[in-house]
Amino acid sequence: MRATTELDRLGLDGGGHLIVARALAPLRPGDQVVVAGTHPALRVQLMAWCRTQGHGYTDSDPPVVTKGPAGGQRWHGAIRAGAGEGPPLAQADQRWGLAARGALVEAGGPALGAQWADRDHVWADIAPRLYAAAAAAQWDPATAVDWSSATALPADVEQAVVTVMTYLVENEQAALIIPARLLGQIHPHFREVMQLLAAQAADEARHVEVFSRRGMLSGGPLGTSAVSGRASLQTLLTESDFTTAGFLLSVLGEGTFLDLLRFLHTHAPDPVTAAVTRLALRDEARHVAFGVAHTAHAVHADRSYLGRLRQAVERRHTALLSTAGLGSDVFDALVLLAAGSWEPSAISRGWQAVQDLQRAMDEGRRRRLAYIGFPADEAAVLSALHTRNFM
Amino acid sequence: MSELLLGAVAYDPKVVTIWDGFQTWLRDQDLGFDYVLYSNYDRQVEQLVGGQIDLAWNSPLAWVRASLLAGAAGVGLSPIVMRDTDCDLRSVVVVRDDSPAQTVQDLRGKVVATGALDSPQATLLPLSLLHAAGIQAGRDVQVRRFDIGVGLHGDHIGGERAAARALAAGEVDAACMIDSNLLLFAREGVLPAGQTRIIAQTQPYDHCTMTAGPAADLDLVARFQQLLLGMSYADPQLRPLLELEGLKEWRPARLSGYGQLERAVEETGFYDAAGNPGARDHGA
Repeated sequence: MRATTELDRLGLDGGGHLIVARALAPLRPGDQVVVAGTHPALRVQLMAWCRTQGHGYTDSDPPVVTKGPAGGQRWHGAIRAGAGEGPPLAQADQRWGLAARGALVEAGGPALGAQWADRDHVWADIAPRLYAAAAAAQWDPATAVDWSSATALPADVEQAVVTVMTYLVENEQAALIIPARLLGQIHPHFREVMQLLAAQAADEARHVEVFSRRGMLSGGPLGTSAVSGRASLQTLLTESDFTTAGFLLSVLGEGTFLDLLRFLHTHAPDPVTAAVTRLALRDEARHVAFGVAHTAHAVHADRSYLGRLRQAVERRHTALLSTAGLGSDVFDALVLLAAGSWEPSAISRGWQAVQDLQRAMDEGRRRRLAYIGFPADEAAVLSALHTRNFM
Repeated sequence: MSELLLGAVAYDPKVVTIWDGFQTWLRDQDLGFDYVLYSNYDRQVEQLVGGQIDLAWNSPLAWVRASLLAGAAGVGLSPIVMRDTDCDLRSVVVVRDDSPAQTVQDLRGKVVATGALDSPQATLLPLSLLHAAGIQAGRDVQVRRFDIGVGLHGDHIGGERAAARALAAGEVDAACMIDSNLLLFAREGVLPAGQTRIIAQTQPYDHCTMTAGPAADLDLVARFQQLLLGMSYADPQLRPLLELEGLKEWRPARLSGYGQLERAVEETGFYDAAGNPGARDHGA
């Protein structure tokens, strides 16, 4: 077969090779294209281009290109990295590397070595929708909070806010590191999970920002960091299994934090505290939704996972037996914030509110554990073993 | 141990990747194979003819010198394979589009930029082209040489690119380069399309060639040749190596494409008849 293509005055130094390549594309090796054109260096350029591309060249007038086999050989043994549309495959191939889902992947090259290439180890059907929601709900700490609305509070109330904010920053830093570390080990075939965890890390980065800023808003230093709190959080960082790490962080820890943030929003003594806790609460609800959905997915795929999760809770509880749990200054600050004043009757109300908070936290944990698949009695036991540090 | 020892010149770090990869593949095919790297072609060629290595991956100028040295020593050399991209190259003499020069005759009294002193494609062959037109470097034209990577026989592209830049900057009246680099420099923006014009080009010539020396085991060389000719661009293990080395397929070596360079070497006295280094200033 022989085709003709016309370059007019265009040379191969100005893009003419695209037109020649387009003419060659539908042909088979051995087929020819006559290249017409008036560029004075056309023949020199075409001969050089054909040599580098593996095409034959006949130096006639006009010159003729004979298609070589290299273009087709490159795609010999190429495979599709799943389908672009629809749910990901059950097993991602490490040979796909970083190729887009659905792309045609040239054979060869280094295998990826992602730790999680099985769909059941990372996936939840709700992940694409949650990522879309997360992308739509990103907010700017500089403008989403009216920082000028801060009101002067009594010194001890302000101190209670500072204490709680300091505690929240510490917890959010753990909650940032964990998804950031996990997402680097996910096969990108499960890109919605990767994207969701990236958004989650970005959420936590904003939470660290707004809680730090609120903590220092009155000009004083931040509060304290207790050994027990840090010890509790650091046990989360050592969990290497994707599902277990997400279960401990998002289902139990962030799940518990939903009640805490709701409590702080309700009892916020100033508009800035109310705003930052409301914004964080909205983000955390997505994190918990994915954690619960994925853990339920993993348990549905492999019922024995329940035992593994139970052991993780017990292991963490044992590791923290010798620590004091929630720092008393944080606990006391919560009571004071709920009380609103030092009146004995108000303190009594505040105390009761924190008792109610802990009950709500426990109920929430048991509800989520039951959704995942734990029997009610086991859910109650596991909820009780959850760290007294809340996260 | 029966194995072939190949010499290659380390003109770029990728040379290690290429020959490590080929070594692994050749050994997987049960061919005993190792390689050594040289910093320049002169020593590689001397050791090929001297029998310290069995094979040399030679530049065209290294081939010319090897054949001179072998002739003087009374030993034989065998061309084995070359790349598809080693066949039928041209060098071109380029001027700016607004230059009054239409032919090389119009370069008399002008400044011509070349690559490194030992670059076949960007110095020896283009100057030989001028010589054939009666234009003597140093007498009729002034040569401005860009000596980058001397010893590498023009494998280092730096000299050609510097010559092209000098042309674009108006520092010289013409520049010499290989045809494919003219396209490359257009893509890089060094010589934008429409701003240059070719006023002369060489006849097609051949470039690198794999050469077996007098010490090589002929059966192993035959097996080596057979394996290289059988390398397929469709093989995902080999394709990245072939791309790095700049070929789609190996072809049987031919010697028909070195006549122009042999003439250029003779004209300039670059090597004497026994392969010893000679004049090297090209009138610069």
